[in-house]
Amino acid sequence: MLSASAITLRLGGRPILDGAGFTARRGAVTGLIGPNGVGKSTLLRAVAGLLPHGGDVRFEGQPLPAESRARARLLGYLPQGHHVHWPLSVRRTVALGRLPHLGSLGRPGRTDEDAVERVMAATGIAGLAARTVPTLSGGERARVMLGRVLATDAPVLLADEPTAALDPGHQLRIMALLRAEAVERHRAVVVVLHDLSLAARCCDDLVLLMPDRRVIAGDVAAVLTPGLLHEAYGVSFAVTRADGIPVVLPQCATTAPNMIQFGD
Amino acid sequence: MRTLPLLSSLAAALLVVSVAGLAIGYAPLPPTGVIAGVFGNGDPLTVAVVREIRLPRLLLGIEVGAALGIAGAALQGLLRNPLAEPGLIGVSASAGLGAVIAFYFGFAALSPYALPAMAMAGALVATGIVLAVAARDGGSLTLILAGIALSSLAIALTSLAMNLAPNPYAVTEMLLWLMGSLKDRTPADALTAFPFILAGGGLLLATGRGLDALTLGEDAARSMGVDLNRLRLAVVGGSAAAVGASVAVAGSIGFVGLVVPHLLRPLVGHEPGRLLLPSALGGAVLVTLADLVSRLIPTAQEVMLGVLTSLVGAPFFLFLILRVRREAW
Repeated sequence: MLSASAITLRLGGRPILDGAGFTARRGAVTGLIGPNGVGKSTLLRAVAGLLPHGGDVRFEGQPLPAESRARARLLGYLPQGHHVHWPLSVRRTVALGRLPHLGSLGRPGRTDEDAVERVMAATGIAGLAARTVPTLSGGERARVMLGRVLATDAPVLLADEPTAALDPGHQLRIMALLRAEAVERHRAVVVVLHDLSLAARCCDDLVLLMPDRRVIAGDVAAVLTPGLLHEAYGVSFAVTRADGIPVVLPQCATTAPNMIQFGD
Repeated sequence: MRTLPLLSSLAAALLVVSVAGLAIGYAPLPPTGVIAGVFGNGDPLTVAVVREIRLPRLLLGIEVGAALGIAGAALQGLLRNPLAEPGLIGVSASAGLGAVIAFYFGFAALSPYALPAMAMAGALVATGIVLAVAARDGGSLTLILAGIALSSLAIALTSLAMNLAPNPYAVTEMLLWLMGSLKDRTPADALTAFPFILAGGGLLLATGRGLDALTLGEDAARSMGVDLNRLRLAVVGGSAAAVGASVAVAGSIGFVGLVVPHLLRPLVGHEPGRLLLPSALGGAVLVTLADLVSRLIPTAQEVMLGVLTSLVGAPFFLFLILRVRREAW
């Protein structure tokens, strides 16, 4: 289990996080949701060790290793946006995920190549291996980037909006891949999401960051209630069910503009 | 292309260009006599010409080319920008300024290492400033603007030193660092620069994995265990040592670090780490070849090497800007 507690963080003198925290079970997908500017991505980056922060991050009860490569082997992080600065081939991009196992001079071996092959097959990009990343469609690129982080084979996976700018089919495919990694390989997967219905359908647990710095955690039905969502997003939501899964519909059509309350 | 065949081809090209460089000059010598001359055999006059004049010039060309090629490749990898080049971002001009200061204030007469030391200090300051200004976003505009500002300042200060120089002889010496040439270099020049270029190049070679990881952006690279501060320090320090030492002995030779990595990049699958060593070899080939061409052009005064590379490199740079604008990778 991954647990982050009492995470405190200031950026440019302004407090962004103040005592935030969550836990993520192995074998499950935990969705991190909340309105824009509430600090979801910042919290994820803090847990990934990319921002100096106060508080405590533990995996299986142990503090994360201080040495950066040992930490990288334990915890994979997929940043927002899928930009690649040079037109690398798909295979080489996925193989970058093996860097934490190689160091600055080691050569990739059998294990590394097997991991890359496994991940390319699992994400369905084996047929694209020789293509360069800029020539791919958005959906293909998202899978390549996911493949890169999966290739590290880290027990903890943090993904910042891996489904942004994808059509519903690709969104579900990416989430299904994450779920398969969580269940079959017993990883703790944490995903920042904006689409609440997607979160309802694809996550086991949800963590809702509120504008007033409260953190609401629980299973899907406990978090996605009209009352909590109204508090969090400042608009009314209709929560219905389809196939027993909550469907969340923001009520923009019937709400007069002056009734929408923004945080901040 | 796999790395090994590429490296072998470049090494073979370097060998061919080197033999041609030794054989072709004001007094044409047969290639066989030249090779014997390198090892001190054969006609004493040939031996003297080869060992005292042509070999130092050739070795210096190889050193300088390798330094500029690998520094260009490493800076482009770090800044994730194909337009980064020691000459264009003001590093060479600042190294030249350091050399001119050493010369102007007479440090150069105190120790043979004062000049390369000052040139490397100039390069270090310039690389540090460029990095501080342009490292964050990898944007071309900031990088080029910072480079223009730095180059202009360094060239202005160099010109000021020439302006105030006490005698015309000193001005001629200083001009070297603005134009760049391998003419009339001594074996001592080749030996002075060598350890710094070797150390700088070694430092840069070790950054390959970090530069590969940076392809995915700073956050992804750090999350994969890359220590960005150490990586930046290695690239800045390595480039400063290699470029500073080469400018100290050969002046500012532009565009080598731009053209060579650009031509070789597709052959290594655009991987910044795999580009480093081939760029060093390719730079050596290009500078040696350009020096050969500069000797072959039938002008009364020999065309300065730096002038030649700029004449070819500047239009290439314009072409590259157009391409970068269109593709944005």
